[in-house]
This record gives sequence, C-alpha cells and structure tokens, in this order.
Amino acid sequence: MSILSMQSSRKDVVLMIAFAAAVLAMPIWLEPFGAAYPDLMQKFAIFGIFAIGFNILFGLTGYLSFGHAAFLGVGSYTAVWMFKLLSMNIIPALIFGTLIAGLFAVLIGFISLRRSGIYFSILTLAFAQMSYNMAYSVLTPITNGETGLQLAQDDPRIFDAAAEGSGLPLPELFGVTMQDFDGLAGFYICGILLIIAFYISLRIFRSPFGMKLVAIKSNQNRMGYTGFNTRPYLLVAFVISGMYAGLAGSLMAVTDPLAGAERMQWTASGEVVLMTILGGVGTLIGPLLGAGLIKYFENIFSAYNEQILHDIFSFLPEFLENFMVFIVNPFVGEGWHLTLGALFMVIVIFLPGGIMEGVNRLIAWVKRDRSGSSGDGKAKPQASEG
Amino acid sequence: MDALVLQILNGLDKGGAYALIALGLTLAFGTLGIVNFAHGALFMLGAFCAVSLQRILTISQKVRDESITFFEAYKEVPYLELWLGDTGTKIIEWSVPLSILMAIPIMVLIGIAMERGLIRFFYKRTHAEQILVTFGLAIVLQEIVKSLFGANPIPQSAPEIVSGSANVGAFLGLSDTLVYPYWRLIYFTFAVAVIGGVFAFLQYTTYGMVVRAGMADRDTVGLLGINIQRRFTIVFALAAVVAGLAGVMYTPVVPPDYHMGMDFLVLSFVVVVVGGMGSLPGAVAAGFLLGILESFSSMNEIKQIFPGIDQIIIYLIAVVVILVRPRGLMGRKGVMES
Amino acid sequence: MSESENIVLDVTGVQKTFGGLQALSNINLKVKEGETHAIIGPNGAGKSTLLNVCIGRLEPDEGSVMFGDVMLTGLTPYQINQAGVARVFQTPEIFPDLTLLQNVMIPALAKRDGEFKFNPFKSINEEKALIDEAQHILEDLGLADQMNNVSASMSRGDKRRLELAMCLIQHPKLLLLDEPTAGMSRHDTNRTIELLKRIKSRGMTKVIIEHDMHVVFSLADRISVLAQGAIIAGGTPDEVRGNPKVQEAYLGGAHL
Repeated sequence: MSILSMQSSRKDVVLMIAFAAAVLAMPIWLEPFGAAYPDLMQKFAIFGIFAIGFNILFGLTGYLSFGHAAFLGVGSYTAVWMFKLLSMNIIPALIFGTLIAGLFAVLIGFISLRRSGIYFSILTLAFAQMSYNMAYSVLTPITNGETGLQLAQDDPRIFDAAAEGSGLPLPELFGVTMQDFDGLAGFYICGILLIIAFYISLRIFRSPFGMKLVAIKSNQNRMGYTGFNTRPYLLVAFVISGMYAGLAGSLMAVTDPLAGAERMQWTASGEVVLMTILGGVGTLIGPLLGAGLIKYFENIFSAYNEQILHDIFSFLPEFLENFMVFIVNPFVGEGWHLTLGALFMVIVIFLPGGIMEGVNRLIAWVKRDRSGSSGDGKAKPQASEG
Repeated sequence: MDALVLQILNGLDKGGAYALIALGLTLAFGTLGIVNFAHGALFMLGAFCAVSLQRILTISQKVRDESITFFEAYKEVPYLELWLGDTGTKIIEWSVPLSILMAIPIMVLIGIAMERGLIRFFYKRTHAEQILVTFGLAIVLQEIVKSLFGANPIPQSAPEIVSGSANVGAFLGLSDTLVYPYWRLIYFTFAVAVIGGVFAFLQYTTYGMVVRAGMADRDTVGLLGINIQRRFTIVFALAAVVAGLAGVMYTPVVPPDYHMGMDFLVLSFVVVVVGGMGSLPGAVAAGFLLGILESFSSMNEIKQIFPGIDQIIIYLIAVVVILVRPRGLMGRKGVMES
Repeated sequence: MSESENIVLDVTGVQKTFGGLQALSNINLKVKEGETHAIIGPNGAGKSTLLNVCIGRLEPDEGSVMFGDVMLTGLTPYQINQAGVARVFQTPEIFPDLTLLQNVMIPALAKRDGEFKFNPFKSINEEKALIDEAQHILEDLGLADQMNNVSASMSRGDKRRLELAMCLIQHPKLLLLDEPTAGMSRHDTNRTIELLKRIKSRGMTKVIIEHDMHVVFSLADRISVLAQGAIIAGGTPDEVRGNPKVQEAYLGGAHL
C-alpha cells in the first residue's frame, strides 16, 4: 500500500469540493443519525482538526508523539487569555492560540526530535506531563489551577471592555456570537476552519515536502545518504501538527470559553492517537473518520443506561433481554471507556491500517470479484487512497 | 541532617515501588522485546487482590447488637469473627500480608493469560503497535476494575502491630523527632527482598541463565533449540507477579483506585529509560534514585529555589538522560540507540 | 603515484578499530577522476568499513578522507551526499513504502532542492521535469514496467537496480558500489555490467567492492587489494593478477 498516490489534480479538486459540501451539509445528513446538533458537530470539527494535524506527524513521518494534548491545552489557555486581555472577538484568540502552540511545538520538538522511536514517544510524554503538572501547581496564576481558567466580569479586555452589569460576555465574530442561529454559527466557524485545515493537509500530502516526510518514515537512514537533512523536515512536521492542535484547543475555548489542565493529560494524547489509528494512519480522510466516530459513539454510548437498554432489547424474550442488557451494560454509560479500550485493541490487532484499510480491502475484493470472469487474473496494483 | 535522612527514608518506599514496576517492565522488554503499557495495570490488579481478599474476609452476617438495649439494633459481623472469634479478627487485620499468598497464583495466571492471549502475537510487530495494543489493554483492565470496585480509593490498613512509626532518629543517634512509619520500612525491605529474589533466580537457576542469555542475544538463544516460547511465558508471568506484589504491599501506603496503575506506569517508564532500557540493575538503581530525588525536591528549602520542581523532577531528569546518555545509567551500548 | 591527473577521492592514513580489533590500519588510497577503482579482498578485510568511513557512517580514529578539495571526515552523511558522493549498499537501502517512481524522485529532489526545502503547496504532479527524468532512468534500468508498484514487493536483484537508479539520477561525481551484483542471476549480472560500462563512458568516477572477479575484470581500471585491514597490493588488473601476495591472501579461493 502506498500512502501517497500521484493523483491527477482534477481528482483532488473533486475530493475537496465533496469534502467541503459534506462538512457544510452536516446539519442535514447527520439528522437521521440524531447527531445534527451544534454541540456535537462542533466536536466533530474540532477533534477532526486535531486528528488531521496529528496525522501529519504520525501518519507521514511515523513519529509517535504521546504528548500532543499539551498543545491542545496551550491553545485553549492562550485563547481564553486573549478573551480576557484583548477582545471577545475570536480572531485574535484563534491566531494567538495557534501561534503560541506552534512556539511550544518548536521548543518541545527541537529537543524531542533529537531521538527517535520509543525515546521520542517518552520525551514527548515527559514534556506533556510536565506541562500538565505545572498547570496544576506553579503555573496557577496563569492557569487558575484546578478550577480552570474562566472569563470574569472585570477582565481588562482593552479593545472591548464589558458593559457594566451585563453578565459575562460571549465570544463573537463581528457581532455574531457562537450561539446565534441556534448554535449553528459556532458550528460553521469550526466547520470552515476544518475545511481549510483539510485543504492544507491535502496540499502537504501531495507536495514534494509530504513525499519526503513519507520517505523519512520509510527509511530515515536512506534519506540521510540521499542528501537530506531530516531533522528540519521532522521539526516542521512536528510544529505544523502542534499548530493544528493549538487551533483545535483555541476552538474549544471559542465554543466554550474556559480552559482546564485536564485537556493536557496524557490520556487526551492517547485519544488522538486512537482516532488516527481507528480511521487509518497516514490516510487523508481516516483520522477525520476516526475522530467523528469516536465522538459520535462517545455521545451515544455514554447517554445509555440500563433502562434505555431494556427498551432497546424489549423485543426479545425476557431472559434474553436481561442477558443482553447484562452483556451490554458494562460497555455503555460510565463504561464507555471500556468500549474505547477494547476498540483500540481490536483495531491494532486485526486492522492496523484502520477503517480506511478495511474499506480498501473491501473495494479490492469487490473489484476482484467482478474482474474474476474477464480471464486476466493479474490485477494491476493501484496505489490506494484515503 | 535530620531532614536529609528523613527525605532519603521518604524516597525509599516510593522508590521501591518504582524499582519493582520498572524491574518487570525491563524483564519484559529485555527478554521479550515488548514495550508493555499494561504493566501499570498489573500493579493495580495486585493492589485490588488485596482489596478483594479484604472484602472476602469481611463477608458479614447481620447479628443483634447486644450493646444497644432499648430497641432492636443489628450490626454486621464478619463470619470469620463469628466462627473463629479473636483468631478471625486477627486474620482480617492481617489481610494485606495474607493477600500476597493469594496474589501470587492470581498474578501468575493473569501473566500467562496475557502473554499467551495477546502479547505473543506482537513480538514481531513494531514498538508503536505494542504500545498501542497494551495501552488499549490497560484501559480495558482499569475500566473493568472501576466497574467492579467503583471509582473511589479504597483504604486498606496495615496490621495493628506495624501501624505505628519507628523512632529512626533515636536508632541512628539523631534527634527523637525523626520518625518513620513501620509499614513504609516494611515496604522497602519487601522490595529489596523481592528484587534480591528475582536476581537470585536469574543468577542461580538454569531458567534464569537462559533468560539472561536471551536478554543478551535473543536470536542466538532461539537458534540453540531452547524452547524459548515457554520461557517467554514464564518471564512474563514473573514480571506480572513482581508488579502484583508491589501493588499488594502498596495498598496501606496509598489507598488503591482504578487509575493508580496508569499513574505509576508513566513514571516507571521514565525510570526504565533513565536506568537504561534492558538493564535490570539500571532499572532498580534508577527506581530508588528517582524516588529519593523526588522526595528531596519536595523539601520546602528546594521548592523555594525552584518552585514546582517536585512536580516535574522525574520527567526533567528523564529528558536530560535521554538527550545526554540515551542508553541510560547502566544500559548496554547500542540498545535502542539508533 | 606521480601522475598529475585529478584525484577525486584521497584517503590518507585512515585507521579504525572496533573494541581492540583493527578493522582498518593506515589505509592510503587515491582514486583518479573518471576511473573505475575496484577494491577486492577476502571476507572481513575491511572493505565495507572503508566505504562506511568515506560516506560518514563511521568516523575514522585517525586519518582523513578528501573528496576533491572537500574534507569528508567529520561531515554528516547528507552533507557528503550533497557534495556529490552517492552509494549503493550491500543490502539494498530503498524506500519500501514508496513506488519505484517515487523512490527515484526523492534523490532527484535532493539534488535539486538541497538538504532542506519547505514547499508544501507545490503539487508533485507539477514536477514534470523530475517525473520525466525519473521515468527515463527507470526505463534505462529496465524497471519502467514496475514504475507504479510499491518497491517492497520487488525481487532482491530489482531492488539493487532500483538503488542504482536512485544514485544515478543524482549524477554524482563519485559513486560507491558495495557488491552491486551479489545475489543476482548471471543474466542480471551481465546487464548490470553493461549498465556500469555505459555510465563509465559518461565520466563518472566509481569505487566498487566486488567478489565476482568476472565483474571486477570487466569493469575495473585499477584494483586495490585489501586484506586484514591493510592494502597489500594495487595497480592495473594485469599487475594485480600476477601479484603473488594477492594469490596468497586469497589462498586459491578465487582464480585470478
């Protein structure tokens, strides 16, 4: 399976238009799945951006970072501070959230990329844990510790100081708050940024730069003997993915203006790894699919309880109904994480290429079935695409 | 001087826990080549062996409370006390040390099941995939424990006789105010004993010899026609037992909860890296060293100079070690260095 | 050596020990521009170690390697490559996850873009000139029909030819070949000899390590014989063929 395919640019235009249409029409086509409400769709978009960015590092270069949640947290904190200091307009929050996260990524990446393999993973993990621990302790003046960083009535906000006694202000974009149009305003801001993020990722995948990143993953030594200084390539990929995480983090603050250290915990880093793996590492769409599915099922599963399960299985004879509820119950509601962990294992064991590999296998199987009668058994291997 | 001794003592028990977990991690990595992110979960399972035994021993019956006379009151009395009287009470009191007897076979079984059922399929796959699958397993195990025992920490107590503190100061000829809980001393001694046991096993048994040879050169040992598969399973079970025992004995120090494994895992990995991937003495030394350093850095004098240093000291040391000396304190040259 | 011809590779006084074992002792070697210089010698003589020192994989304990007027000792592998030295390894070092075409385009990009270039918004499809050049070289080596296959699935001999293509597309001034025909069939070996002869006419300097004397005597202008880490003989193929020291080193293992 080749990660990069040399596709015609026309196909990419079609892909891009289809993708943009799908994102913009989410409120329509998610309706039948019961997922068409703004809160959830915002989550799809935000975690989609996070996963797309993570995939630029892990998918293309193969460097597994276990500390990307740190950048998510930095983005969130920065965005809230921008709300507090500058303005409730989301533009400075998004720009600075992304940039400051990028700055952190330069620092952490510069040090961590001096090593590869498991040492790189441990280094990124160590940095993220340090950030997390410090956010709870010495950095309390900046992070507000366990309470989390929130807006306050008396924030300076030099560009638009709050009107007296009007309650806490809401993040807005030139007068439109995130809650306007039944919350769809917030979703469309996230959605449009997702489309841009996807476009940039597509261009990187199709560029010589992206091809070199995959070559690093494939054989880093050879890259050296071929004349490339691999470290700046890796650092750039690391910083780009850190900035994606920062953007996702600031969007979290934009849609809900508070920031807490738990966003930086290493389990949050693990979640984005899972999203990427579930969808398909190194594919374009896979990480997005992974992020969407996980957030969707998290939403559905964690809402279930024993009563709802009894309703679902009520068509069965009673002892079967009870049995099914007994089996399924530990996996839903509070037990959602159990499902997640089990899913993680199943994917890594049986489908290391994620959903996209499954889809490609299915397509190949259907094609072979169809061409089976044509006599020519030699299927021309085609670069797979995601 | 007192303060220094106290900090060293304080670091010993936590260092002992790090060392025991890191020892198992290193065994699994050195012989089997497996990066096991579920190792912390084994520590947690050990701790919950102690919780389970305590629950079993205190299964109770409602009996009339004779001390209350003016209405019918009932109280729960464990069957053990009803049947055996004072002996029963004593058995319950000693439930943590007794749990060791129960934890050993259970951890052996869990270790074998894990290796045969999952780990062995990952010997030939990448470290990243090993990390991911064991990470998933760790989540599954901790969620199962959470659904069985709830999310809150469950305090366990040490037997009465060792629940006090030792007057270490008087013993060492220092001030009388220097006291240290007996149980933590016991934990340290226990850790040293278990570590000694593992090293003796590796040094003096033929099994251990093969394991050490395997750590030095896995391919060659496989070629010698030694049934490496079965030995791998046993090594993994041994690692599981060590982690489990570390967990059992740790319960009176910190009340166990379902995510204690993850908390310790991340730190223990760092310990392994500092000690040198694949070096058993390195893992033990680094475990104690980092435990003591962590406790030093929580001294007020130090925190005044470097605020928050106690929160990050271990990670900081790991970063420096990986960058300056990637093979760790005692690792062999070439292991994972490329 | 009194000739005033241009010396491309100049190895002087190189020493290398591995834990007490002398792998290279006081190696002096001069390779002239445009020549094909073969290094032969029994197994373990230090031939690959010598190449590793030349391309920066190993640092010599003593001595230096000059490439034209560039000091290679102390440079990183990528700097050495950018200076104009390419190498074919004993076990093929290719990009197994990429297609053949992409495998060849990567070194072409290194030649054109240098050690680092950030161009994320340029599409690979717009690199028409590079694609053409890559296709051309794959045709040249008879790999064009597999162009869009992933290289991991190729035969070992094909992988070697692909690696050669990856080096040739860079038009290096100096090409180091470590047993380029090992494991190849007679047919493929002859094809490779033909190919190497063809590029010889383009004036590329080559250093080649080889066990197959047929290959050596078909290609080499000069030969150096390495035994136990030292050069014991050197000269034209005819001179080396008649040298009793060489016969002794091989102990009749190969009939020169």
